[in-house]
Amino acid sequence: MRPGFWHRVDKLARDLTPFALTFLLVIVNVIPYHVPGFARVAPALPLIGIYYWAVYRPDLMPAVAVFGIGIMNDFLSGMPAGVSALTFLAVQWTAIAQRRFFSGKAFAIVWFGFAIVAAGALALQWLAMSVIAGELLEARTLVYHFALTAAIFPLPAWLFTRWQQAFLVIE
Amino acid sequence: MNERQGSIKRFAAPIRTFAHRFAYVGLIVAATALILVGKMEPAAVDRARAQITDAVAPILDAISKPVEAVSRAVGEIKTVLELREENARLRQERDHLMEWQAVARRLETENKAMRDLLTFVPSSEVQSIAARVIGDAGGAFARTMILNAGSRDGVRKGQAVATGAGLVGRIQEVGNHSSRILLLTDLNSRVPVVMETSRVRGIAAGTNGEVLRLVLLPPNAVIEPGERVVTSGHGGALPVGLPVGIVVATKDGAIEVRPFVDPARLELVRILEFGLDGILDLPIVRVERKRRGER
Repeated sequence: MRPGFWHRVDKLARDLTPFALTFLLVIVNVIPYHVPGFARVAPALPLIGIYYWAVYRPDLMPAVAVFGIGIMNDFLSGMPAGVSALTFLAVQWTAIAQRRFFSGKAFAIVWFGFAIVAAGALALQWLAMSVIAGELLEARTLVYHFALTAAIFPLPAWLFTRWQQAFLVIE
Repeated sequence: MNERQGSIKRFAAPIRTFAHRFAYVGLIVAATALILVGKMEPAAVDRARAQITDAVAPILDAISKPVEAVSRAVGEIKTVLELREENARLRQERDHLMEWQAVARRLETENKAMRDLLTFVPSSEVQSIAARVIGDAGGAFARTMILNAGSRDGVRKGQAVATGAGLVGRIQEVGNHSSRILLLTDLNSRVPVVMETSRVRGIAAGTNGEVLRLVLLPPNAVIEPGERVVTSGHGGALPVGLPVGIVVATKDGAIEVRPFVDPARLELVRILEFGLDGILDLPIVRVERKRRGER
């Protein structure tokens, strides 16, 4: 039986949510929190969304969407346009390439994988920014930035898992 | 039927993989190209950025309000807890300021009398636009903030952004109803400054860190920690005498300045309408054009 019109609309709407949720992380990332010193080391939330959906539902997050989210992140966070897009694509590519390894593994392994991928992504970002600036940028704050990003991973990941169980069950 | 589908799949799979890889390569090339375009044609990218920021500004405006309310509530509780100490400190400070007020009054009359003697031309009156901070871009690489005022409110590129405590940064790009400040601490920020007492001139450069670095100082300049740093007004981009920060350390040739304003605590700022265009807009060319127009 062919699924009806509303059924398809419903499915499309659900399938768009990984993109929408990751985009939401981009916005949440630029809200002012008024905590002294926080902005410089604030976790790179969109990385979490990109990685999570690349590992669990890559079919719902095409590379073009990742590129778009990267550009939005560059524009809103004031980074040179293209830098986040580049790193996000690299993250997705790495995560999908290692997907077979992650499938069925414990959450701790996926988390550990994220830490490695995030470290690589932030290093790539640092490199790109250094090339653009024409000098080696200070990397000390980057360590805290990375630590916070890796530490906060379980929270969005848990929310995404609940969302996935509720709305994105593969029929 | 199934067999046929299987063979199609077998045939289609490599093509899909190829298309997939091609998409990655294409997008990575596009991202790299965009970085290069941003480097060569910053104006075009800035315009796109301003438009995107404009589109997202209403969302940020809506979300930032409750966050601000929570942070304010936390601040209130802290204030109540520290009320007694605060009161004692303020009393002491008031006594101190009363003395200063007396000095200021005396100097004001003296100043006025001297101006009358000299037919002094006062510097142009600075007007300001108030705006709320709706975005604080995180990350270790860029220090910018988004404001909820744009060109329709009279904000223009290059204008100084300040609070009562001092200079915050400068307007980097302007959308219709939003704009972006380049904070003093951003790596790309350069502000002409002068030491308040020793009158040594220099440039306060951002480091992406918490402090600024003084560069382009005259050789053999002696600068002591604790000295106040204010804008010099050179280049015509900023008003003269806006407080910037205080010299905190002079180590191995590098002189560090801690800004008076902590951007993390900012909620409301003033955008100063100084009457002159910022150096970002090449004021010399503009002035010449205006003169030509007058003739």
